[in-house]
Amino acid sequence: MGFAGIAVGAAMAGLRPICEFMTFNFSMQAIDQVINSAAKTYYMSGGLQNVPIVFRGPNGASAGVAAQHSQCFAAWYGHCPGLKVVSPWNAEDAKGLIKSAIRDNNPVVMLENELMYGVAFEFPQEAQSKDFLIPIGKAKIERQGTHITVVAHSRPVGHCVEAAAVLAKEGIECEVINMRTIRPMDIETIEASVMKTNHLVTVEGGWPQFGVGAEICARIMEGPAFNFLDAPAVRVTGTDVPMPYAKILEDNCVPQVKDIIFAIKKTLNI
Amino acid sequence: MRKMFVAAMCRVLPRNALKKKPASRMLGATGNFSNQATFDIKKCELHRLEKGPPVKAVLTREEGLQYYRTMQVIRRMELKADQLYKQKFIRGFCHLCDGQEACCVGLEAGIQPTDHVITSYRAHGLCYTRGLSVRSILTELTGRRGGCAKGKGGSMHMYGKYFYGGNGIVGSQGPMGAGIALACKYKGNKEISLTLYGDGAANQGQIAEAFNMASLWKLPCVFICENNLYGMGTATTRAAASTEYYKRGHVIPGLRVDGMDVLCVREATKFAADHCRSGKGPIVMELQTYRYHGHSMSDPGVSYRSREEIQSVRNKRDPIMQLSDRIVTGQLASVEELKEIDGDVRKEIEDAAQFAITDLEPPLEEIAHHLYKDNPPFEVRGANQWIKYKSIS
Repeated sequence: MGFAGIAVGAAMAGLRPICEFMTFNFSMQAIDQVINSAAKTYYMSGGLQNVPIVFRGPNGASAGVAAQHSQCFAAWYGHCPGLKVVSPWNAEDAKGLIKSAIRDNNPVVMLENELMYGVAFEFPQEAQSKDFLIPIGKAKIERQGTHITVVAHSRPVGHCVEAAAVLAKEGIECEVINMRTIRPMDIETIEASVMKTNHLVTVEGGWPQFGVGAEICARIMEGPAFNFLDAPAVRVTGTDVPMPYAKILEDNCVPQVKDIIFAIKKTLNI
Repeated sequence: MRKMFVAAMCRVLPRNALKKKPASRMLGATGNFSNQATFDIKKCELHRLEKGPPVKAVLTREEGLQYYRTMQVIRRMELKADQLYKQKFIRGFCHLCDGQEACCVGLEAGIQPTDHVITSYRAHGLCYTRGLSVRSILTELTGRRGGCAKGKGGSMHMYGKYFYGGNGIVGSQGPMGAGIALACKYKGNKEISLTLYGDGAANQGQIAEAFNMASLWKLPCVFICENNLYGMGTATTRAAASTEYYKRGHVIPGLRVDGMDVLCVREATKFAADHCRSGKGPIVMELQTYRYHGHSMSDPGVSYRSREEIQSVRNKRDPIMQLSDRIVTGQLASVEELKEIDGDVRKEIEDAAQFAITDLEPPLEEIAHHLYKDNPPFEVRGANQWIKYKSIS
C-alpha cells in the first residue's frame, strides 16, 4: 500500500517508476493503489493525468510456497479497463515486454513467473538489441499447426509446446499460441487460428472460474470463429482449490503436460 | 494549463497588473487605508521542533482583499453546490468544505504555484486555489462536457497542473503525496509536496507507511491533517487513541495550527515549506478546522453534533469573518469594499452555475476515450457485443 502508492505518486509527478512486488500475492494489499490510483486516473481526469508506471513481479504458483503465495492474478488485473497486463513466457518475451511496459505511458502490470527465472532459452539475434520491443497487445504463434489451437500464457506455454511435440509423433499438429498480453487481449490471432483448425483448448495456471480461458471462450462465441468450431472449446486450468503444500497435491493443482494432452484428445474426439 | 497556472497565481498572490481598479478606488486606497497591518496570530503547538512559525503576521491590503475574495468564492461555490445538489443537478457524492476556507487559502499563500498538492475527496476549495475556474468545477459537478475532467470524474476526481486531485479512497493520497515528494527530490527541483488527509484517514495504515518512508528518505513532504473533529459521523475522541494528530508522525516534527485563521495557516505553511525545502525531510501540520456541512450531502451533519456547536463556530470562529474583521479594524479596506467584492463573487458564482446547468452532457461517442495515453485508437465493448465504442487517447 505504502510503497505502491509512493510509486504511483512519483509516476504522476513525472518519473517513470517500476514498482516491484515480491510476488503478486502481496499486491492484493496494495491493489487499491494499482487499480484506483493508477489504472483509472487517466480516464477519471478526462485525459489530464496519466500514470506511466510498471508493476512487476512473480505471479502464480511457485514450488512448495503454499496457498497464500501461489495465486495467479491474471484474471484479477485483466478485468480492469485502464490497465495493460502482460505475461511473458520465455527470455525474449521477458525482455521485449518489460521494455515495452516501461516505455508505455500507461500503467502496465507484468506478471512474471518465478519458476521461469531459472530456465534458459535460445535468444534470437534481434532480441540482443537494447531497443528490442515486443508490442503490448499482440500474441505470438510459437508453433504452427492445423488440427487444433492451443492458447496459453506464461509457464503453461512451455507445457503446451511439450504436449505438441508428444502429439506430433501421433500425427496431431497443434498450433500453440503464446498470448504474451492478457489485456488488451489479441483475440484476432486466436480467432484466425480457430477458423483454421476448428478446435480450441485454453491453458492457464489460474483457477477456472472467471479466468483467462473463460474470457477467451466467451469472446470466441461472440465472434466469427464460433461457426468454425467443430467441438466446444475446452479449458485447462489450475485445480479449483487454494494451493496445498504437499508435493503430490501441489503437482495436481497446476496443469501438467498430460492434462493438456488429455484435453486436446478429448476435443479432437480421439 | 498555462491559464490555470496564471489563475492559481492570481488567487492568493497580489497581482496588481491583473486586477484593474477604477481610479477612485486607487485614491481611496492611498487616502483612507493603510497598505498593510500586523496581526497577532496564535502560537502553534510544536512537536520535535525547537522553534515554530512567527506569532505575528503582516497582511498587506492587496493580500487581504485577495484572500477575502478567494475565501468568499469558495464559500459561495460550496453553497451553490449544496443548492444544485438539492435540485438534483449534482449526483452521487458531494463533500463540501465550507468552514474550511482558511485552510486552502492559507496553504496556497504559503507555497509556490509550482509546488505540488494532493488531497482527499473534500477537494473543491483546493481545486479553485490551484487554478481551476469555478465554472469548470461546477460544470464537472453537474457532469457536463465543459467540466475540468470533461464530466468523466465528478466531485472527487478533479485534476490540474501541480494538483493531483481529488481522491476518493480514504488515505490513498497519503503515500501518493510522498511519492510526489520523492519525484521532487529525485529531480532536485526544490519543489515540495503538500499531502492532505483528514482526522479519519490519520488512523490508516498507509498514512503510517507514508510517514515511515518519507522520514527514512527525507522526502520534501508536508503532511497536512485537516482535523475537522469528525471522520464522517465519528468524533475524533471515539476514533483515535491519540488525537494529537501533529504528533502522530512520531519521529517527524509537527505543528498544530489554528485552521480557522488564514494568517496562521499561511505562516505555518511557509515555515513547513522552508523546513522541507532545506532538506530536513517531512513535517506534519495539523490544521484545527471545522466543516459546517455534514460529511457529504447525504449527511445532514446534526445527528452526531449539536446545532449549537455548529452555530457557535460560525459566530466565533468563522474564517471569513475573522479575516474581514481584521481587514476593517486594520484599516486595510472598508466594509463597503468588501461588500462590493461579495456582490462580484455572487455574480461570478451565478454565471458559473448557469453555465453548469445548461452545458451539454459529454457526447456518448466519447465514452471510451482517455483509457490509455499515446495509444492508437481501438475498440471498446459496450453493454453487449454489438455495441462498440471507439477509444482515442
